[in-house]
Parts: sequence; structure tokens; C-alpha cells
Amino acid sequence: MEIKKTSLNKLHQSNNAKFVEFAGYEMPIQYSKGIIEEHKFTRSHSGIFDVSHMGQLFIYGDETLTEELEKIFPLDLKNLKKNCSKYSFLMNEDAGIYDDLIITKIEEGYLIILNAACKDKDFEILYNLIGSKFKMNLDNNRSLIAIQGPESVEILNSIINGVDQLNFMTGNWFDSDNQKLFVTRSGYTGEDGFEISISNYKAEKFVENLIEKGAQLIGLGARDTLRLEAGLCLYGHELDINKTPVEANLRWAISKSRLSNGGFIGSKKIMSQMQNGANQIRVGIKPEGRLIAREKTKIFDDQDTQIGEITSGTFGPSVNGPIAMGYVDKKFSKVDTKILLEVRGKKHPANVCALPFYKKNYVKGVN
Amino acid sequence: MSEVKFSKEHEWITLEGDVATIGITKHATEMLGDIVFAELPEKGSNVEKDGTAGVVESTKAASDVYTPVSGEVVDTNQAIVDDPSKINEDPEGSAWFFKLKMKDQSEMDSLMNKEEYDKFAKESAS
Repeated sequence: MEIKKTSLNKLHQSNNAKFVEFAGYEMPIQYSKGIIEEHKFTRSHSGIFDVSHMGQLFIYGDETLTEELEKIFPLDLKNLKKNCSKYSFLMNEDAGIYDDLIITKIEEGYLIILNAACKDKDFEILYNLIGSKFKMNLDNNRSLIAIQGPESVEILNSIINGVDQLNFMTGNWFDSDNQKLFVTRSGYTGEDGFEISISNYKAEKFVENLIEKGAQLIGLGARDTLRLEAGLCLYGHELDINKTPVEANLRWAISKSRLSNGGFIGSKKIMSQMQNGANQIRVGIKPEGRLIAREKTKIFDDQDTQIGEITSGTFGPSVNGPIAMGYVDKKFSKVDTKILLEVRGKKHPANVCALPFYKKNYVKGVN
Repeated sequence: MSEVKFSKEHEWITLEGDVATIGITKHATEMLGDIVFAELPEKGSNVEKDGTAGVVESTKAASDVYTPVSGEVVDTNQAIVDDPSKINEDPEGSAWFFKLKMKDQSEMDSLMNKEEYDKFAKESAS
């Protein structure tokens, strides 16, 4: 299959991107300054991320669509206000996660942002459930640009006036340069920031404009270290079809009002795990010293019994040390529990720790 | 001190008397990206030509460090363990990895000189 390119591919090239294949797309892993510099620049200034490989699924409909989507997602969509976003999951009957996603209620229906590697399958699943009743468009004509970090609000507001009035996890349509952009205040770095849905043919000029105002392009490498410091899950690592939201320690994303009656896909399993607890649970892990424990590293207790596995591990540039997330048996999931990580045949001490590793700087209510 | 020689695994080596100093090349650090962890062989241990003698990790991945010659480890550079970013800053100078007392100096003969290595690195990168 031919590798796909986003509409910013040429811009990445002219900014000396090193490319990798990710979910069938040629994506920048880093630019010339490298992952650590890019990471720190995002935390202190403003980083631009091309996330156009992600799916932008528009579903059009009225209250009947809300009712149908409540049969799928563990969310109180009836009480979700227009232009408000929620983090959620597409699950199977066993509450195994097909994908994690952000769903926003818009005037015309809903906009769902899907992971690149999952979007086609997600579309198929959703189409089979509701496609006969509602118009669905997995929009390939739009790019998705994230801008993240403390200076992002000022930079973006100078191009799209009014975005500074958005609250965290809300969005809206804005007019800019004779077209409609959908902007949400959200992101994947632990910083204040925005995601902008924009027509492909306008994307390059828009990003060039952001760069002129002082933002810099950031690759997938720093995106990964940023999200891991913020304690955020990455599908295919912390989340997959064999894990449930309860196991992933994402109970907060399940609307309380939906737990009494269920009625969404996977609700039986979710309700049972909410009551009885899950056997394995996602935790933060800090190796002692500088050792990095990568994905698939086995976790042991002091009796040499395997109690879990690392799902993501790297060096956290802002934490200035190694960080990881993984799943451990429930009784080892308390903060400060001593565990051992097997790296290159030797066991190294580590501690279960609270997430996030890096304090989130999301904006509080602005209006 | 001898001429600097290079291995296909992107290590450099110099010889002073029978003690060789070994590190990784600038080209290797550019391929690896930001180095955030280094593990070195134990002092007093014996390492064999082309065997593993350490690990470096970048933000992206872990890579083995090989020794281009055999010998006994007589010194290691603790400074790069304490601050691995030094490896990116000065890979072919102060950020050496370990020193070996060589057994067989003829092992140097099969290694590349600078010109040969630069050509090799250029070809292997493309």
C-alpha cells in the first residue's frame, strides 16, 4: 500500500523533518533540533503538531442521533452542551477498547476525533450501527493542526480572533481567511492549547503563519514524551481491545449518570468492574536512577513473580528522568509500591507513582 | 597517540601504548538523536572484539555499543553516565566510553581510517 502524506508534508520536508511511517502515513518524528529541544520548546513557548492523520468524523443528526450515540458511548450526551467535548471510547461488548476519542457536540450533530490507525475500522463499526439512519463523513478534505504550550493562545488568537474565549474542552466554528475553521481548546501535551480543523488546501499557509508568529513545528517523538509526562494514554500501548476503561484507570471518563442503567456497549462489564475492581490497573512508574524501561518490559515483585508489564517508557525531558506507564496487578497499584523492572536480563528497582509526572497547565474557565 | 580508527558499528578507537580509548562516532549520535542513558562495561571485565560492551539509549530507542577490539576494561567514563547529553555534545572527544588494555594490537588493522569511515557512514545513511 502506498504511504499516505498529509497536506503539510512539503512543509515538514523544508523544515528538515526526519520521517517515519505511522499508521500508514509519512509523519515527522523530529526536526533538526531534536526531541528534547522540541519538547522543552512546547512546554515554554508554543509547538505546532501536524495531526492530520487522525480521523475527523462528522455525524449529522438531531436528538435521535444523541439517543443512538448514547447506546454506543458511556456518556451523558443528552446533557452535553453544544460545542462541548468529552473524552470517550468505542468499545466492544466486553468493554475492550477499539479506540479512544474526543467527541464534540456541534450544531449539525457530532464531530469525533479518532486515532489514525483505528479510524477506518471505527468508521465501519459505527456505520454498521447507525449508518443507515445518519449521514457520516470521515472527512479527508480537512487537516488537523494542534498548537500547544503557554504562548499558543496569544499566537492563535492573533490569527483567529476569539479563540482566547474558549474554555478547556470546548470548541466552535470560526471564520478566518474566508473559510470556516473548527477550533477546540484541547490537546495531548498537558499544556494549554488548541486543535484546528482546516481545509487541506489552506493548511500549509496557516501553519506558515503560526511559524511566523513564533510557534515551531514539533514531531511525533516529542508528542510522545509530552503526552507520557502528562500521563495520557496512547492507543496501541496503554489501550487496546484487551483492556477496559476501568483497567486503564479512566473511570473519570465514564459519565456517572450512565452507570445506574447502563445501556451502552460494554456497560455490563464496566459496571461489574466498577463494583468489583479490575485485576490489573494502569499506573505511573518511575525507575530509580536513569534507567529507561521501554514498552514490554516485565514488572516483578520482590518474590520474582511477574506482576505486570510496561506499556510506554521513555526519558521525560521536563521531569529530567525516566518515566513509564504500565499495568500491574491491583494489589501493587498503590502509589509508592516498590516494584522491579527487568531490563536486559537484570532487575532494577522502580516505584509506582501518581500520574501525571508533569503538572497539567490546562486553562481554567475564561468566560 | 595513534591515528583514529573506526568500526562498522560506528565506534571510534585510538591507541596509546597498549591502552585503547573507545567511543561512538558523531555520525552515530546524529543517527541516535538525544542520548539520555548510557551503560558501560565493568572495570576489570574482559570484552571480546565485536561483542557488546555497553548500551546507549536515545529518547527513541536503545542501542548496543560494541567494542571493535578485545581486551580488559581498565577505565570507564562516569561523566557520560551521570550526564548522557555529553555524548551528543562531544562524542569524539571528552565523551569517550571506556579504555581497554589490548591483547592483540593487530585487531586494529582491519578497522577503517577516517576517510574510509566517512565514506562508509555516508553510504550506510542513505
